[in-house]
Amino acid sequence: MAAMTMTEQILARHAQKDYVKPGENIWVNIDVLMTHDVCGPGTIGIFKQEFGPQAKVWDKEKVVIIPDHYIFTEDKLANRNVDILRSFAQEQNLPYFYDVGSDRYKGVCHIALPEEGHTRPGEILLGTDSHTCTAGAFGEFASGIGNTDAGFVMGTGKLWLKVPPTMRFVFTGNLPSYLMAKDLILSVIGDIGCDGATYRAMEFVGDAVFALNIEERMTLCNMVIEAGGKNGIIPPDALTLDYVKRRNTSGKSFEPVYPQNGATVMMEKVYDVSKLEPVIARPHSPDNRANVSQIKGEKLDRAYIGSCTGGKLTDFRAAAAILENRQVRIDTFVVPATTEVAKGLKTEKIGSRSLEEIFLAAGAKIGQASCAACLGGPMDTFGRLNAPLRCISTTNRNFPGRMGHKQAQVFLASPLTVAASAVKGEISDPRDFVI
Amino acid sequence: MKDQIQGKVYVLGDNVDTDQIIPAQYLTFNPMNPEEVKMYGKYALSGVPPDQGGLPKGHIPFHSADEFISDFQIIIGGKNFGCGSSREHAPIALKEAGITLVVAESYARIFYRNSVNGGYLTPVESDERLIDRICTGDEVFIDLNENILRNEKTKETFSLKSLGEVALIIKAGGIFPYVEQMGMENEVS
Repeated sequence: MAAMTMTEQILARHAQKDYVKPGENIWVNIDVLMTHDVCGPGTIGIFKQEFGPQAKVWDKEKVVIIPDHYIFTEDKLANRNVDILRSFAQEQNLPYFYDVGSDRYKGVCHIALPEEGHTRPGEILLGTDSHTCTAGAFGEFASGIGNTDAGFVMGTGKLWLKVPPTMRFVFTGNLPSYLMAKDLILSVIGDIGCDGATYRAMEFVGDAVFALNIEERMTLCNMVIEAGGKNGIIPPDALTLDYVKRRNTSGKSFEPVYPQNGATVMMEKVYDVSKLEPVIARPHSPDNRANVSQIKGEKLDRAYIGSCTGGKLTDFRAAAAILENRQVRIDTFVVPATTEVAKGLKTEKIGSRSLEEIFLAAGAKIGQASCAACLGGPMDTFGRLNAPLRCISTTNRNFPGRMGHKQAQVFLASPLTVAASAVKGEISDPRDFVI
Repeated sequence: MKDQIQGKVYVLGDNVDTDQIIPAQYLTFNPMNPEEVKMYGKYALSGVPPDQGGLPKGHIPFHSADEFISDFQIIIGGKNFGCGSSREHAPIALKEAGITLVVAESYARIFYRNSVNGGYLTPVESDERLIDRICTGDEVFIDLNENILRNEKTKETFSLKSLGEVALIIKAGGIFPYVEQMGMENEVS
């Protein structure tokens, strides 16, 4: 039997085949389907239209609903959409509905999924959100789909997928203290372009990848969609298995896959991370890469730290290391991805002060766990760019209008670079700070 | 899906992302509600920067602010059309605005898949870059059997890539009718 990549092994197993190759269309069984308040109502509508008003989801243990996009808003339709999710979860008796206003409310789905034990190595996770690829950090196949596909999965538990060829990225060397996973993935996207991985799997390996903590690995996989990638994937190691086992409260068994010698990849690119510099994506595309040192000094109006990409505890620890005993010069918004991260802001300390105390003392504003202004959203969204401002952000996209105003300019960077820039009020290099 | 389509084209550039096709603030309309879905036609392409809308000159609106349906029936795009979010609202918005077919150099995967599986519109790839060869407002004729696009104004003809196996799904009207007709190949479990 010819060797297969990790992605091929997972897809083959879920199609009950011994072997699959890139380009093949196969029907696969799905382990987890996730939806949220933006795409859930449409998905539920299609499910009911196609399977009937009395239809039941194929497996209620496998449908996870996480409202996270438009939560803390007066927008009536946005609130109505959460009501649609709520009544569907009740009607279907879904055990994994993380309702707004309840103790179970989580926030950003891609961070909530692993926190709540819905990510396991070797599985297939599909979600109605393009950043579903984040979960590839746990050694599974995870990809974003639309409402129609999700409605189909909801009723059948299956979907046809085309097996993607794999691009392998090898990171070696010691990551300097001024760099984060965000710098690595922005470097890759800058190199291959925002369609450089279209229809492809992006596999991340090498000692520098395994030296990253779990949250940083999630950042790496999170942005593969910004290169057009179908999925990102990192082989599981002891750290992964420890994280997953601690969180896997359902006790569901899983079977990890690992890279096989001799598997065919379409390309391999090696990065020595010790030689990289802090990287920034200029307006209006995530592949519009520059080294921070090239454009430092450019004036800014706002800084934003949050989202599935840059709103995890690791991101806030990094930002707080720079903001400690300093003041921000521009409006700075801090939005924890989930309620668990929000709790961490209160309990994690640098010296004697919590991260939350450090952010507030620096003059930043802290919002509630949700997607918030990463994708603009309703006009009253916390941190939304309602004017043509220049904003530096730890989020994932800077297309025109992404964070609100069509003429706003968004720069994407790591939490270290964003915090450094908030302090100076202009694009700044974290190497100019002692960290 | 019609095999032959004639219509007026609206030309856009590269990397037209889903936030330009339908800005996130409008995603609160439920696309399964027959009244609310019309709003997607109204706001379709409302996120395109004015100088990028209606190339080569730009500054040509797709439709006026109070219209729900555009005078244009076909979009010509550059590379990576539909990149960004997985929102199915993007092909829905174009369909609601009256677009039946997009011709682009290449597509982002999820937009392409949503267009086909949802049965909203036909995404065709061109063999060459057309956004520098065709102007917004030109009348074109497209034949999907012959895989050609003819500019009726200049009489130039361009070749298109075959839809391949997805033509079957598009012809059926999406993944649900397709599976009803064909069954699930390689039935699993």
